[in-house]
Amino acid sequence: MRRRAFAGILIAVIGVSAHLAAQAQAQAPTPAQPVLRWGGDPEGGAPFVQADSRNPNRLVGFDVDIAALIASELGRRPEFVQITFQSLDQSALRGDFDIGLSGIENTPARRQMVPTSIPYYQFKEVLTVREADRDRFKSLADLGGRKVATLSGTIAADILGRTAGVIATPYDDDVHPYSDLAIGRVDAVLLDHLLADRAVRREKGLYTHPAAVATSQYVVIVSPKDPGMLDRVNDILRSAMRDGRLEAILRKQPGVWNDDQPKLFQAMTATTAPEGDTSAPASWFETTRAFLPKLLMAAWTTLWLSCLAMVGAVVVGIGIAVGRVYGSRSTRLVLTTYVEIMRGTPILLQLFVIYYGIASVIALDAYIAALLGLGLNYAAYESEIYRSALEAVSKNQLDAARVLGLTEGQVLRLVRTPQALRLALAPMTNDFVALLKDSSLVSVIAVPELAKQTQIFATNMGSWIIPGLMCATLYLAMSLPVAYVARRLEARWKAPTTA
Amino acid sequence: MEGADHRMSNVLQVRGLRLRRGPRDILAGVDFEAARGELLVLMGLSGAGKSTVLRAIAGLEKLDGGEIHINGVELTSGRRSASPAALRRKIGMVFQSHSLFEHLTALENVCLAQVHVLRLPRTEAVARARELLDQLGVGERADALPRELSGGESQRVAIARSLAMDPSLLLLDEPTASLDPARRNELGLSLRRLAATGRALVLTSHDDDFVREHATRLVILAEGRVVEAGEPRKVLDSPLHPATRALLQRPSS
Repeated sequence: MRRRAFAGILIAVIGVSAHLAAQAQAQAPTPAQPVLRWGGDPEGGAPFVQADSRNPNRLVGFDVDIAALIASELGRRPEFVQITFQSLDQSALRGDFDIGLSGIENTPARRQMVPTSIPYYQFKEVLTVREADRDRFKSLADLGGRKVATLSGTIAADILGRTAGVIATPYDDDVHPYSDLAIGRVDAVLLDHLLADRAVRREKGLYTHPAAVATSQYVVIVSPKDPGMLDRVNDILRSAMRDGRLEAILRKQPGVWNDDQPKLFQAMTATTAPEGDTSAPASWFETTRAFLPKLLMAAWTTLWLSCLAMVGAVVVGIGIAVGRVYGSRSTRLVLTTYVEIMRGTPILLQLFVIYYGIASVIALDAYIAALLGLGLNYAAYESEIYRSALEAVSKNQLDAARVLGLTEGQVLRLVRTPQALRLALAPMTNDFVALLKDSSLVSVIAVPELAKQTQIFATNMGSWIIPGLMCATLYLAMSLPVAYVARRLEARWKAPTTA
Repeated sequence: MEGADHRMSNVLQVRGLRLRRGPRDILAGVDFEAARGELLVLMGLSGAGKSTVLRAIAGLEKLDGGEIHINGVELTSGRRSASPAALRRKIGMVFQSHSLFEHLTALENVCLAQVHVLRLPRTEAVARARELLDQLGVGERADALPRELSGGESQRVAIARSLAMDPSLLLLDEPTASLDPARRNELGLSLRRLAATGRALVLTSHDDDFVREHATRLVILAEGRVVEAGEPRKVLDSPLHPATRALLQRPSS
């Protein structure tokens, strides 16, 4: 309960600061001018959308400039709305913004789901490897049985998902795939060449193969709430392609403009039909069938990860509880500090610290980091349950055991702990179900668990209804049996066996 | 063991027992002894310190003075004191609430210390436990959990649990409190049989009929001291101390 309250406060704080930032961003020149709300994700978003390092309230990037161009052509003032990359399509449909730009890819699924502009930039999917592996890993075919990282919800993630043999490892951002490549957690990264170029400049010892694994384009997505908007955006893009304004914008960022763009511009201005991948999108049935094995695999990951983490949490939790009940003053102080730190800080932060924060000292495997993060965090909660349960065992029971000649250790092991566990069972069950759901947080360290896989599924399908229902069913299929077994155990401990 | 000194038949000797909690003297110098075969009852008004004496003998209270000898092992407030663990090997105690282990069946309650303290093989422990439960008339309740037992049954299981350790001294706190008169008499008879096997029994009680009938010696406690002691009928029929007289005043008479 306290966790929820804490999360609520955190969300409120983030919400208020985001609101303040947006206000600062707007700078409000003429209050009368109507706004064009445009959505994007500034996290790791250069050269698309990125906070200016000199003034974090200001955004820079070619998508920022294109949004400003479209706004000024429409006679409006651009106002930025921050949206997670993976949620942009859904937000457009909900009408959270008028147009969305953030290196958004031109895919059949997207075109079917949300109004999509003509492409304004042509890019290549390229393979980046460590310099040392440059001759060994030349294409995806050389990477059988190896981990290849990418950004989830992208064409690159799709390509990896379809490539037999490689272990697709989707991340939530486009920075950590490359840093993990540099320290050897993955063996290659498949992503847009703009991202690869930046990463190779940032991280030492990486090499990008120039050949394109695939090509695609960036597009503007448009909210369906304003039916005329799509045509106006297309007209503005075409006119900017003809008169050189778009080229000027793309040339502002180093390494963005290249020979592919004039060809794209020519094709777009010659015809009025939107181009791109025109292959027919898959039906919902085919998509579901294709994703079902992945969802089941992800559910399995969620299940064993949660079970192992819970075992760790119980063992460490009992240790902490015993230390707090029987330990010396200093032991109690150390353990109490541990519990308060683990309970008082977000598990998300703990996962980041364990996986990325200490990576320069010890680069833990993602699954080990996930187990440690979940286990150590929940150990704090478990220890509180066991401590109060240990203290709830009546003193008479302990005295009766002592008089029989049991040592203090035996009293704890044979009488106090078994009785305390019975008291702790209900809150423990509760915690296990909470852990099952909190395990979805480990997707931030690239562990492909159920909630993340559902999100990828939903993005691909363009709807949350089927993926949402399937995901909920799988979570319930895992949590309900636990609750059932716990209730049975409780009943057995309470009810008379024979009269 | 059956040696030459004058205390040879004394299983228990309590000398100058003192115990304070905060500013209050709970026990202000208690002296008495109990010999083999004896059934000694401690009586006193509530708060006189009866239960505390039993707990102190069982090593559950820290002493502030005096000494307790059990079969020659000495428990004192000082540093030379034997560990309570060494002492407890010779003592059994039946609490007023019985305090059976709630998570174990009657049989498992009787087996636990046999297996983990006496290190008996489990089969042997189970056989002994069944025998004791049978002797006390609760053999058919062996597999019941404490919460399924009646007060009398759980008391007999608690006695069996103590006897399984073959103590030379058995302490019982208010064993008559929750029993009807017929059961009380039954209990008295089985306690006498136990005493006759060479143990010393020390119990607390409020029931003077029970004491007259079954006790071999009576000790009256008041304000943390022994104020009167002797043959039960004699003490009860001609009480010398006001505390003893107060004990005998019943609401009905």
